[in-house]
Amino acid sequence: MLFVQVCVGSSCHLKGSQDIVELMEKAVKEHHLEDDVVLSGSFCIGRCNRVGITVQVNDDVFVGITKESFNEFFKKNILDVIESERK
Amino acid sequence: MRKFDTKVQHLKYKVLREVARLAWNDTLLENILDIPERLAPGNEPTMRCCVYKERAILGERVKLAMGGDKNNPNVIEVIGIACDECPVGSYEVTNACRGCLAHRCEDVCKFGAISFDRDHVAHIDKSKCKECGACSKVCPYTAIVGRKRPCQNACKIKAISMNDQKTAVIDNKKCIQCGACVYQCPFGAIMDKSFMVNAIDILKKSERNTRGGNYRVYAVVAPSISSQFAYAKLGQVVTGLKKLGFHDVIEAALGADMVAMAESRELAEKGLLTSSCCPAFVRYIKSEFPNLTEHISHNLSPMATIAKYIKDTTPNSKVIFIGPCTSKKAEAQLDEVKPYIDTVLTFEELQALFDSRDIDISTLEEGFLDNASYFGRIFARSGGLTDAAVQAMKEQNIDFEIKPVVCDGIEACRVALLKLSKGLLDGNFIEGMACTGGCIGGAGCLTHGEKSKADVDKYGREAFEKNIGDAVSVLK
Repeated sequence: MLFVQVCVGSSCHLKGSQDIVELMEKAVKEHHLEDDVVLSGSFCIGRCNRVGITVQVNDDVFVGITKESFNEFFKKNILDVIESERK
Repeated sequence: MRKFDTKVQHLKYKVLREVARLAWNDTLLENILDIPERLAPGNEPTMRCCVYKERAILGERVKLAMGGDKNNPNVIEVIGIACDECPVGSYEVTNACRGCLAHRCEDVCKFGAISFDRDHVAHIDKSKCKECGACSKVCPYTAIVGRKRPCQNACKIKAISMNDQKTAVIDNKKCIQCGACVYQCPFGAIMDKSFMVNAIDILKKSERNTRGGNYRVYAVVAPSISSQFAYAKLGQVVTGLKKLGFHDVIEAALGADMVAMAESRELAEKGLLTSSCCPAFVRYIKSEFPNLTEHISHNLSPMATIAKYIKDTTPNSKVIFIGPCTSKKAEAQLDEVKPYIDTVLTFEELQALFDSRDIDISTLEEGFLDNASYFGRIFARSGGLTDAAVQAMKEQNIDFEIKPVVCDGIEACRVALLKLSKGLLDGNFIEGMACTGGCIGGAGCLTHGEKSKADVDKYGREAFEKNIGDAVSVLK
């Protein structure tokens, strides 16, 4: 089980947390991960980046995630992690 | 630029600032007895009959700045020695009475309380007068004046009376802690208890201010902040808060967005609802209309809703609410809210906190504050909650005809609740706000005025999200 928290603090919100949330919801659905991923928001984690959004997966914090880099991030840090857990 | 509406607020602020300075330095206990003399030095009185009385009253203000009387459950307290025992003559005929021939005052008085002397000058028989004020309204010379104490006049729910020493007394059973009397008393004899010292303690031991501190402090700010701190920009207030040691600043308006979504669903389900955002309104229903309690929305207030979300998603977090409201101080002590809100500050107290650290917010760079939608932000003014509920119904495709009754101020609330209790209310949703104008009229505001509503609407329009659903998408 992965706890994924998308930052919706002011700084990330203005850079488009909403887009990342939508992409995340879509990707979770697409890969049928509804039972593996708990998606929620978080407020400032204190790692604000000049570009992109901060996302926390369990205890790991990833910064600078944009619409463009989303797929790569999702595969590496969510999809692959879940698959390796299943093995 | 003037930071406050009245000199009474300024006086209260000076005490708060002084107490805060000492609390930050951990020297409050040693210096506590020196504060009154520091604020009222010399031998010449400037406010009261002598400096000793001034200092005695300041001493009482210091007590209130540190949390007040622990045995009194009310967050609003009367400073007995500061009460100036204003005259309580009720309606009186002044020397402006010309002894006219029309005698409208006599005609309008239903109780036969008015008589005339040989010069046709009116007199009021106090034993018959019911203080309805009708005579005062019809007199063409405005010669009849109602002398009511400002505190009693401000308290529309009649929770204030006089004891045999002519000092104001608050009936704790009735009082809804709206703070109207606090703002109106011209002698500053009624004050809200301050929990600022707790707030300083929480901030001091947090991660930002103490090495090894193991928690973060989040400021949840009410949307009415947009009408406050007019001498600086909102972004500068945010930076100032972070300088005080807050880890992040979050809009209570985001909680309002969440409430709007949930409350509109609840309304459609139940068919009749009274709002639960304003703690003074909720308390009023419970004490004066207990049989209507079932209609109160079960949603937590926006403050508690967003604080709960922060605590649920962020381990080791503490939440301090900052708003215009004295009644929120009481709400934060309720069992269902206590776990989420660590303490409550007013804007007045925040100003004192800034200055106690010598933070001039107008010189700071601007931070960001953007979590909520337009609709969450306009909760700060009367009518905003209703607009948001209508919008939330639309966004969630709820097919329900909402008939709102917007109550601006506790008197309007009383009328609507009375109608509802008699089955005569033409409406199915009561938006109740105890303060006139909504939260922007709150007693803990630095300034009150016509401009406040426009400020809130402007702030609403500046929100990045225009729809409620977009602001709360991930927070379901």
